Amino acid sequence: MNGFLAQQVPLSWFLLLSAALFALGIVGFLFKRNLITIFLSIELMLNAVNLSFVTFASQWHAVKGQIFVFFVMMVAAAESAVGLAIIIAIFRVRATLAVDQIDRMKR
Amino acid sequence: MHLIFFLIFAAFCLAGAVNLLVQTHPINSALSLIVVMISLAVLYLLLGAEFLAAAQIIVYAGAVMVLFTFVVMLLNAGSEERTHGSHAAYSIGLPAVVAIFAIIATVLLRAQGLGTVGPANAITTTEELSTVLFTELLLPFEVTSVLILIAILGAVALASKGRGEANAPKERSQR
Amino acid sequence: MNVLPLWLIPLFPLAGFLLNGIRGRCLPKWQVTTLALAAPLASFAVVLNAARRFAGMPIVETCPFPWIEVGALRIDFSFVLDQLSLVMLLVVTGVGLLIHIYSVGYMAEEKGYARYFSYLNLFLFFMNVLVLAGNALVMFIGWEGVGLASYLLIGFYFEKNSAANAGKKAFLVNRVGDFGFLVALFLLIANFGTLTFTEIATKIAACAGWQGGVITVIALCLLLGATGKSAQLPLYVWLPDAMEGPTPVSALIHAATMVTAGVYMIARLHVLFAHSPFALGIVAIVGAATAIFAATIGLAQNDIKRVLAYSTISQLGYMFLACGVAAYSAGIFHLMTHAFFKALLFLAAGSVIHGLGGEQDLRKMGGLWKKLPVTFAVTTVGVLAISGIPPFAGFYSKDAILYAAFVQGPGGMALWLVGAITALLTSVYMFRLWYMVFLGKPRSEDVHPRESPWTMLGPLVALALLALGGGWIGIEHFSSFLAPSTGPLSLEAVTPHLERNLSIAAVGIALLGWLIAHILYYAKPSAPATLAGAAPRVYKLIAHKYYVDEIYSAVLVKPLLLFSRCFLGWVVDGAILGGLAWLLAALANLGGMILQRWQSGNLRSYAAWIAAGAAALLLYALVPWNALWPLSLDTLLKGMGH
Repeated sequence: MNGFLAQQVPLSWFLLLSAALFALGIVGFLFKRNLITIFLSIELMLNAVNLSFVTFASQWHAVKGQIFVFFVMMVAAAESAVGLAIIIAIFRVRATLAVDQIDRMKR
Repeated sequence: MHLIFFLIFAAFCLAGAVNLLVQTHPINSALSLIVVMISLAVLYLLLGAEFLAAAQIIVYAGAVMVLFTFVVMLLNAGSEERTHGSHAAYSIGLPAVVAIFAIIATVLLRAQGLGTVGPANAITTTEELSTVLFTELLLPFEVTSVLILIAILGAVALASKGRGEANAPKERSQR
Repeated sequence: MNVLPLWLIPLFPLAGFLLNGIRGRCLPKWQVTTLALAAPLASFAVVLNAARRFAGMPIVETCPFPWIEVGALRIDFSFVLDQLSLVMLLVVTGVGLLIHIYSVGYMAEEKGYARYFSYLNLFLFFMNVLVLAGNALVMFIGWEGVGLASYLLIGFYFEKNSAANAGKKAFLVNRVGDFGFLVALFLLIANFGTLTFTEIATKIAACAGWQGGVITVIALCLLLGATGKSAQLPLYVWLPDAMEGPTPVSALIHAATMVTAGVYMIARLHVLFAHSPFALGIVAIVGAATAIFAATIGLAQNDIKRVLAYSTISQLGYMFLACGVAAYSAGIFHLMTHAFFKALLFLAAGSVIHGLGGEQDLRKMGGLWKKLPVTFAVTTVGVLAISGIPPFAGFYSKDAILYAAFVQGPGGMALWLVGAITALLTSVYMFRLWYMVFLGKPRSEDVHPRESPWTMLGPLVALALLALGGGWIGIEHFSSFLAPSTGPLSLEAVTPHLERNLSIAAVGIALLGWLIAHILYYAKPSAPATLAGAAPRVYKLIAHKYYVDEIYSAVLVKPLLLFSRCFLGWVVDGAILGGLAWLLAALANLGGMILQRWQSGNLRSYAAWIAAGAAALLLYALVPWNALWPLSLDTLLKGMGH
């Protein structure tokens, strides 16, 4: 039991998880049709990256890795505030959140 | 212990992410993302980042995701329809994603020198974190506060009533 | 200011051209006139200064920056003043100045006054460059430039179709000659490695046995160029048409200076011709044939300027004949005297035309000696001079040429005979002109002649004095002066009195011509019509200039036009070039249409492409491409794990 409880987790597994979450985030960005869901996928990607930062901070015992995560969270918060404001503005004008119908920037 | 916790909460992460993709109503996707974030907080704890775990729950899950949920409910857009608006997304995007994941995974699996983490590894205390944050990295810290101020201003300007209302009736009649 | 540099000589006319050309239209007339006259005057003053300090050795001025430096070939902008160019410069700038003064009066009521003088100054600039040139390429600049100025001035009344066409014809025919000049330049570079006249002379002198062969080819190509510029057979056809230009232009360019450029060029490069007797013979034959050919045509012309034009062609034939018998200084002597009396005759004709308000047809003139006394006097001087009657200038120079031809042997005697017949014909048609214009009864009632202003009469009188006394220097002094630059003139007497006898024969021929003209055009005015009626075919042939223009048109011009229109116009320009342009535009259009579809405005497509780009970047960065040879999955994975 002691042996089992004291088992170590290889850091590469954390990194793999981070890569998987990131890939899932991209898939969501590509295939979801609701603007808000797309935005959620972006947040997912950011979290995946945060995980890899913390992993490496643990690997090298560097506090700066974690501080970077701190800043990423800050920026993500600010960015989501502004992004959601934009989504609200778009919704006011177009009355739809379907991303396929918000295509005024074509040729 | 770390191993068990890792396996459980990694499973939660992946399940939440897949659920985010699978659900059609954005509120369900938002709630799935909250699950992901909480699981990630536990994983941070396993890696010894106690402050970050708390911040993750308080800031991300507690503030940002609540904001998302507010907006979903405010707009009340409903489930998304099944339209095939973009062929490029399927034909080019999917292989691209697969390629990205494959490359990164291969690099990671072949990497040498990555360690392990277990009960014995050190925990980064809040004291250590704040020491570096408020001495060495004080300037970036203050700049982020300015950044947040700007974001507030931007959000207020964008979402204020004067902007959207005047255009809306015209747009609706055109469609 | 004792020593004025040579490059001032062309500089003043260039400045005059630029100033009058750019600002002339806005300036008052007196300013235009001042600018226009100041330039040739200043040029002439510098020439006189140079003449004063000339001590026998050539003065050379080279621009310090080389023009062309390729391998061993080096061509500079260089001006050279030696005896030959000094004589030419005095003629060009002196007669040019007189004609400029004359033009002030002649062109006083024309529109385009400033344009006229700017073109005239441009011509002087290029002619000075041509004469002062120290190498063949700088001479070519002047050569081409005088052709340009000639085109501009012939087509001065550009609103008239005939004038514009005449300008084009002159330029195009000259181009054929220029082609010959260019080929000669290339051959000179290939065989001598230099274009500088002195270096060519040195190189030829170094190998005395180099005769014929490529030198003959070079000489014949140069001859082609000279026939174009100096209006000899077969490229003379532009000169009669060039009479469309204003009369002072005809005097300056097509009598005194530009058309003599061919003779000057042959005299300059006489070392080449000296080593190719065949080419020299061709030169002499061309000259003699042209002389008699043009003289016959001049008999039947009715336009006063056309008569003088064919007369110019004929006299130029004399100069070529002189060069052909290696009597270069005699040719230059005749060039000088011809400049005097031909310019005089043209300007006098201009005075008559001006006085009659534009009438140029001989058949409408007559009895003008009372109303235009000064013009009559100076024309008489000119006619006597051209006919070769002593003591006027033409006698000395023509006599020198004919004598040089005679002593050359049996071929020379045949040339002398041709020259003598030409002298007879010259005398006949010039006195014909004299009688028909000034003497007898007026043939037309609606001409009201008035004498010309003093700005026109002054240069006429000056030229008359030159035509009277211009030959008194004598051929011996003249040729000994020119000897360092044109080679000595060896006129050893075969028999002691040969020269005197030949001179007497020449004078007799001239007087005989006067007699014939007197009979035909004064004593019995109906005689020419009877003669023409007696040989109608011959008369028609001559009156239509032997149909040369028509022959050229049918043989050369029309096929060329057809070729240009059909092949070059439709096939090359339309199909090939137009098609190419169309193809490029179509390709761009197609590319645009394809790429346009990328801008769909669809967010997910954009996201997909971004993901693809990111994947490509990762692929490029993380895959060790160098290690892919030999290609195997093992090495691939091993490489990616490092």
